[in-house]
Amino acid sequence: MHAVELAHPVDFEGWRAAARRMVLADARPEAVDWRVGAQAGLFGDAAAPVVPEAVRNRAFTVPKDFLELAETVVCHRDPARFALLYGLLWRLTHGDPKLLEVVSDRDVHRAEAMARAIRRDIHKMHAFVRFREREGHYLAWFEPDHFIVERAAPFFARRFANMDWSILTPDRSVHWDGETLHFTPGASRAEVPDEDALEDYWRSYYASIFNPARLKIAAMQSEMPRKYWHNLPEARLIAPLIRDAGRRAAAMVESGVTLPAPKSGRWAEAVPDVRAPEPEGGLQACRRCTLWRNATQAVPGEGPMGARLMLVGEQPGDQEDLAGRAFVGPAGQLLDRALAEAGIVRSDCYVTNAVKHFKFTPRGKRRIHQKPDAGEVEHCRWWLAEEVAAVRPRLIVALGATAGRALLRREVAVQRERGAVLRLEEGRSMLLTVHPSYLLRLPDPAAKRAEYDRFVTDLRLATSFAMTP
Amino acid sequence: MELREKLEILADAAKYDASCASSGSDRKSSAGTKDGIGSTEGMGICHAYAPDGRCISLLKILLTNFCVYDCLYCVNRRSSNVRRARFTPEEVVRLTLGFYRRNYIEGLFLSSGIIQSPDYTMEQLVRVAKMLREDHGFRGYIHLKTIPDASPELLAEAGLYADRLSINIELPSEPSLDRLAPEKDAGAIRRSMGRLRLRIEEAKSSPREPRFAPGGQSTQMIVGADGTDDRGILATSDRLYTGYRLRRVYYSAFSPIPDGSSSLPPGAPPLVREHRLYQADWLMRFYGFDAGEIVPDGGLLDLEIDPKLAWALVNRHRFPVDVNKADRESLLRVPGMGVRTVDRLLSIRRHKAVRLEDLGRLRVQIAKVAPFVTTADPQVGRSLLDRIDLRQRLAPRPAQLALPLFA
Repeated sequence: MHAVELAHPVDFEGWRAAARRMVLADARPEAVDWRVGAQAGLFGDAAAPVVPEAVRNRAFTVPKDFLELAETVVCHRDPARFALLYGLLWRLTHGDPKLLEVVSDRDVHRAEAMARAIRRDIHKMHAFVRFREREGHYLAWFEPDHFIVERAAPFFARRFANMDWSILTPDRSVHWDGETLHFTPGASRAEVPDEDALEDYWRSYYASIFNPARLKIAAMQSEMPRKYWHNLPEARLIAPLIRDAGRRAAAMVESGVTLPAPKSGRWAEAVPDVRAPEPEGGLQACRRCTLWRNATQAVPGEGPMGARLMLVGEQPGDQEDLAGRAFVGPAGQLLDRALAEAGIVRSDCYVTNAVKHFKFTPRGKRRIHQKPDAGEVEHCRWWLAEEVAAVRPRLIVALGATAGRALLRREVAVQRERGAVLRLEEGRSMLLTVHPSYLLRLPDPAAKRAEYDRFVTDLRLATSFAMTP
Repeated sequence: MELREKLEILADAAKYDASCASSGSDRKSSAGTKDGIGSTEGMGICHAYAPDGRCISLLKILLTNFCVYDCLYCVNRRSSNVRRARFTPEEVVRLTLGFYRRNYIEGLFLSSGIIQSPDYTMEQLVRVAKMLREDHGFRGYIHLKTIPDASPELLAEAGLYADRLSINIELPSEPSLDRLAPEKDAGAIRRSMGRLRLRIEEAKSSPREPRFAPGGQSTQMIVGADGTDDRGILATSDRLYTGYRLRRVYYSAFSPIPDGSSSLPPGAPPLVREHRLYQADWLMRFYGFDAGEIVPDGGLLDLEIDPKLAWALVNRHRFPVDVNKADRESLLRVPGMGVRTVDRLLSIRRHKAVRLEDLGRLRVQIAKVAPFVTTADPQVGRSLLDRIDLRQRLAPRPAQLALPLFA
């Protein structure tokens, strides 16, 4: 039997060095007795094992996860923690290196449960410490379940950097002077003031933010167990709040309806109508088809009245729907590049879409674009006609089949009819080409390049037609 | 008016806002600063719980409960007889820092009634956040309510100081909003959410961009104030998540308010329905369910059992699932198994055959899971799946949740 004496309850380094020696000395878990400080061992004083010189420097490795787990578990109050960890170490180094992945193994499960208890204890300390201020110094009394003060303290140092504070607990205390943390032995509650100037305000807040119509006592207790209540200034309100909740909620329901306050218009009169004026002569209010229901907004066209070139796309996409502007997404960026290559300044053109609302279907986390149907295109023609009449372009470039259809009022075959100037009923001219998003979807880089060049060629033709006096 | 009285009035006015989250922002700390205070480290902390089961993480207050709008479901509407108060920005700053230093809170949630104009109101909110950050070196959490269609400059400033911004959609359908909140503009709300998403993504795309609400945006929907069914509510949530990448949609059971309006039937809030909507929302976000498959044909979620169990009971042909062979997607659909359990199972089964006792150690309710899975244990008797009374066996006994106090 080997006895190992550790310096203090959370002596992780001591445990680690001893455990390493024990593994090298082939000391089986049941033959090691772990003790803290001056605890009397079960078997009197057993000598530490002698590790032969040859193996003393033999290295062995354990997963990093295990060291993290062990460092957490040593904070637990369970006296068996060191033996449990050594048992795990033994199995890890004797043919079971992946043991920690089997979280349903009895020992792994026990260690994990301890680690969880420690994490919860630390979390609750971060949550339920309540400082009381005395002459510029902030003091708190807290009673953790386990040996966690060292592990919980850095959080308070990061958060309350410019305060002088102390947290006193029965086992250990910690102090911060604005620069360093230092630890002292346990203390008593009497060293902390029993009042604070803001506690009445805090209790007022606690009582006011509670909604008596939504009593859920079990939910409160599972997160804020009773054992913490005697150190929480607000906890004395819990019983009376619960007692009166039924009465208060019933009163709200029974008093039911009240008459409007007589002077309710008084401070509203000074305020002008706060609704934004309807932009674009009613486009935002358009309900001709149902696409408005799911879209963010209608996306109007933009550009100078009297522009010689008008570009018509299919419909706004995800980004256009959010920004409320046409061609600002990926397809818009490609269009900008192609226009520049064809010698066209985009801000000289009027840019719009055949359909003004984004049509999509939600899938997972994305909105997938859907092609507008014939009815939707037809309903939206009214707006497109308004724009054409206002802008009076020399040439309209229809980008893709939907735009072509909206302007020609028939099915179009883009690849067959593209690149030629066509006559519209109203005596206007149009030119059909592909939509830039078609170029984005082409998988083959060579085809993409070739198609892009054709697109630029179409745009060059458009500008030479539009600019010819 | 005394500061404490203002606090009572303006906290009471804020309690109908469900959100108190302080998670998911950037990491900040005051370590190594001489004059700074506060930190945000990813996970928010709940510093207290009220008897309504809600977490108290932030000082949640209104700057003022004066309001020029007359939204019928709101206790602060223009025509309400509620007592009114208004904080000065300095008072909010003093309370926030005082509470923060005593470790009562993670930070501030600041909302406001609309006074004078949307821009004026937004400007007041931004001023408080700016004072906290710039005059007091505050690095705690700030959540600002955003007034729809406030000017882009104010929005940029709000995003610079706040961790999270939120705009309440209030009601699940536009006609309901038109009826109950005549001055609110659903289009303006959607446009503002769209603008926020663009700004948040822009700021994330490059460290050179100015900071903008690293904790994202959220919203709140009131349940039970109008006639929209659960299918309609979840479809709206789905659109909000996909369209605007919201971190959270909060559901708030319509609660009787003092001084209620005659257009809304007074009654106990539908707490169970709210709870079921949250569960359904999780199924959409983390379990691969579509909004359409969660709600049964009647359009309302089952109040007695959770939506995942309800779905499994009508889709028994997809079970039992073999925990040793099934893919992640199928395991996620087993009632009683959460995302963490499924991921741990996948890791365990690489090393050993999974049995019921393994499931027990993963802290799942065996009784709930067992009918829907096969394990490495020998099968005894007929499967429970074929039993007509499976629902009765699995439905929790009533009174699990705090039911309405008075029917």
